[in-house]
Amino acid sequence: MSSLHLAILLPFIAAIVIPLIYPLTKRLHTGWITMLIPAALFAYFVSRLQDTANGGSVLEEMAWVPSLDINFDAYLDGLGLLFALLITGIGVLVVLYSIFYLDKTKEQLANFYVYLLMFMGAMLGIVLSDNLMVLYIFWEITSLSSALLISYWFTNKGSIFGARKSMLITVFGGFAMMAGFILLYMETGTFSIQALIDQRDIIMASPYFIPAMILVLLGAFTKSAQFPFHFWLPDAMEAPTPVSAYLHSATMVKAGIYLVARMTPIFAGAPEWFWIIVITGLVTLTWGSISAVRQKDLKGILAFSTISQLGLLMILLGLGSASFTGDTIDENLVYSAAIFTAVLHLFNHATFKGSLFMAVGIIDHESGTRNIEKLGGLMTIMPVTFTISLVGLASMAGIPPFNGFISKEMFFTELLQITSMNFSGVETWGFVILVVAWIASIFTFLYCAILFFKTFFGKFEKANFSKDVHEAPLGMLISPVLLGGLVIVLGLFPNLLIPTVIEPAVASILPHLPADQLALDLSLWHGVNTELLMSLGVIGFGATLYMTYPKWKKLSVMQQDRDPFNSVYDKTLSGLSTGSEWITNVQMTGRLKDYFTYMLLFIVSILTYSFVRSDSFTLSFTPTEEAPVFVYGIIFLLVISTLSLFFIKERVKLIITVGVVGFLMALLFAVFSAQDLAMTQLLIETVTVVLLLLAFRHLPEVTQETGSRVRKSLHVVLSVGVGLLVFLIGTASFALRNDANFTPIAEYFIENSYDKAGGENMVNVILVDFRGLDTILEVLVLAIVALAILMMVKLRFKGGEDV
Amino acid sequence: MKYSKSHDVMQRILITITIYFLVAFSFYLFFAGHNNPGGGFIGGLMTASAFILIYVIFDRRVANRIIRFSYPGILATGLFVSLFVGLIGPVFGDAMFTQYFDYFDLPFFGEVELTTAVPFDFGIYLVVVGMAMAATVTIAEDE
Repeated sequence: MSSLHLAILLPFIAAIVIPLIYPLTKRLHTGWITMLIPAALFAYFVSRLQDTANGGSVLEEMAWVPSLDINFDAYLDGLGLLFALLITGIGVLVVLYSIFYLDKTKEQLANFYVYLLMFMGAMLGIVLSDNLMVLYIFWEITSLSSALLISYWFTNKGSIFGARKSMLITVFGGFAMMAGFILLYMETGTFSIQALIDQRDIIMASPYFIPAMILVLLGAFTKSAQFPFHFWLPDAMEAPTPVSAYLHSATMVKAGIYLVARMTPIFAGAPEWFWIIVITGLVTLTWGSISAVRQKDLKGILAFSTISQLGLLMILLGLGSASFTGDTIDENLVYSAAIFTAVLHLFNHATFKGSLFMAVGIIDHESGTRNIEKLGGLMTIMPVTFTISLVGLASMAGIPPFNGFISKEMFFTELLQITSMNFSGVETWGFVILVVAWIASIFTFLYCAILFFKTFFGKFEKANFSKDVHEAPLGMLISPVLLGGLVIVLGLFPNLLIPTVIEPAVASILPHLPADQLALDLSLWHGVNTELLMSLGVIGFGATLYMTYPKWKKLSVMQQDRDPFNSVYDKTLSGLSTGSEWITNVQMTGRLKDYFTYMLLFIVSILTYSFVRSDSFTLSFTPTEEAPVFVYGIIFLLVISTLSLFFIKERVKLIITVGVVGFLMALLFAVFSAQDLAMTQLLIETVTVVLLLLAFRHLPEVTQETGSRVRKSLHVVLSVGVGLLVFLIGTASFALRNDANFTPIAEYFIENSYDKAGGENMVNVILVDFRGLDTILEVLVLAIVALAILMMVKLRFKGGEDV
Repeated sequence: MKYSKSHDVMQRILITITIYFLVAFSFYLFFAGHNNPGGGFIGGLMTASAFILIYVIFDRRVANRIIRFSYPGILATGLFVSLFVGLIGPVFGDAMFTQYFDYFDLPFFGEVELTTAVPFDFGIYLVVVGMAMAATVTIAEDE
């Protein structure tokens, strides 16, 4: 186990420890202890920066389920490290902020920090896993823990609604993604991302290429709220603001971006990959920025703004994928600039969106409302928050001298470049992309302006606020000020982090290009060119739209702040619940007899199908050896006692006879020298008979079978079918063993059980050594059965059930 | 369960002695498991039947005083023990549920085989005891 594995597991370990020490530390805010974890991890990841410089990478292997090729392999490269730094760095700031945001006397802090740490660990797991299955597991943990975080104020109906929505949509995408991973595995036989990149040509040529790609993209699109799966993000804003700042600006939604970036070396180069990502991104960018304008809630505006920024990142990743298509390295290097822009903007977005979320949280916390129609005139009351918002919003709108301006200019450069791109018809349609993206940018400017002016300018109406409005305490301001400072610093000195953080990340997305040629030289002022004119146009049109905003906001389209896609979701959900209710009513009758009928029907049909399909029915009666006479005697007794069950009417006799059948079976095992089995069977039989006798007075009277003729005959057919099938399976496996001269697996255990496990009793060695996982799962089933019995006895059913 | 109210001294003494033998035998079965018939599963069932005997011949209150375990607790402990042993493997870079064994020359005992399979099997043993007893006692105590 390497330090990298420990780094991934540390938050999970802390999540177990926090609730244990929580009662002891009531006087101290739990956040202070929690903050140590991301802080330590951040320092650790900073210290690993030299490992990834110049496109280097580290692979730490750890076996988990090697037979299924599922291994907990940690892989650290530029991309993973960039994300790890964001997750832990912003993690520290978010925890610090939450210390002042959440009251330690009123809130269940232990729960909050457990969820947050789980989430942090899962995010680290996603970005540092090399194995796709492990990545998937962490992916689902983020869905789960983020749902827990969103529903943190679980008495609030909206929180539950939002949590369920985010979970349903992201888990749906996760399942699709797993199916895609399995398709990739079927084609290449490996789950390792790096190994998959090496087998790029095989994947590209396979018939599963398109399905696998679409399935993986479904996972990425649902997670990063791409159109048409975007509508869960605004509802997720019910979460406490530190959570929103963390999940929805810096980490969770970026997981989808991460996945697309990570998968770029595997899938990129196909025109389908290019078009799906670019078009989805473009629609998301436009739809998000237009929807943001319609919002009344500050967090709602930010939510849609995140959606649209994620669309922008997707477009850039899509454009950058063209760098896998060129014939020469120079040709490819041209398009690599889009990937570079994507990574840069991803980093910039995390800084300005994080600070904006925190600023909005401050406004909400200190004024009691987030409605822009009530807010106004906060500039003089909250000067620090005002400054933070000014910096963040200007950066988001793409105004110099902030970092958002630089990445936005570069985005325009890339858009201008695609009209001259020679790839899959982009040269004809590229202009449309350019214009649409430019219009979306105007709306981006517009919602930034609305958020800014409506909150901080205008008249301050005291009657609109339930609280006494004042500036936030110092502690709450530290985090957003630090992030805002970063926005300014990275705007003025844009090349600061390029060689250490950004460039290695670009290099790991584009492994086929020379790492030292990927970096660009950025500058705030790059002369008067088309990009600058486009930016000026954005500001000009945006300002005009804002001036005329009161006139056209009365349009009915602008009044509707709920996304129209919500109704589709609502209808699907209610349809699902009606459907499942119907199925439940048909199936769950509460009568044991019916349950057995369903189970046996299922088993019989599945087994019959697979037997017919593989044409395995064989009746073979060739004896291999002469059996001793007493075996016939035992079998005769067995048959007699089984048949006599039909004619016994008294319950006690029935139980005893069933017991006799069981003991005779044990005798058979003993005769065929399976002592372990015989002993187990004997003891089980004893315990079962005791149990039956104990439950004796609870059992219903043995009565004549009632019910319709159809039902009765169904039962007869089913019983005969089960018996016949078991018999056929028995003879078939016997025939397979003898006729086909199959080497039994027993040979392996006979040879190896002493050498490999040091035990002479083969059965026990199989149970505890060779198949330990099976055993633990079996006893787990036993444990569940025991608990079920406890439950059923303690909680009685009412009415006509007989369970 | 119909608890015995009999004051048959012979029966009580004989069965009490038998119980000691049963428990001892179940321990033997448990430890013998690696090389002879036995193991956690069978040993657990044997212990459980010894416990059931206690419930059969004594009053329920007496039995509860003798056996002061919470059976669901035993169950959970067993699961944890086995899982924990299974997780040793990954720590040393092997697959999950890898068992280790070696031979040691201990004073007094001579050459002894120590293996991680024993604690693993002990977990199974606990689960089986817990499961059998939880089921039996719950059904028995149900009025």
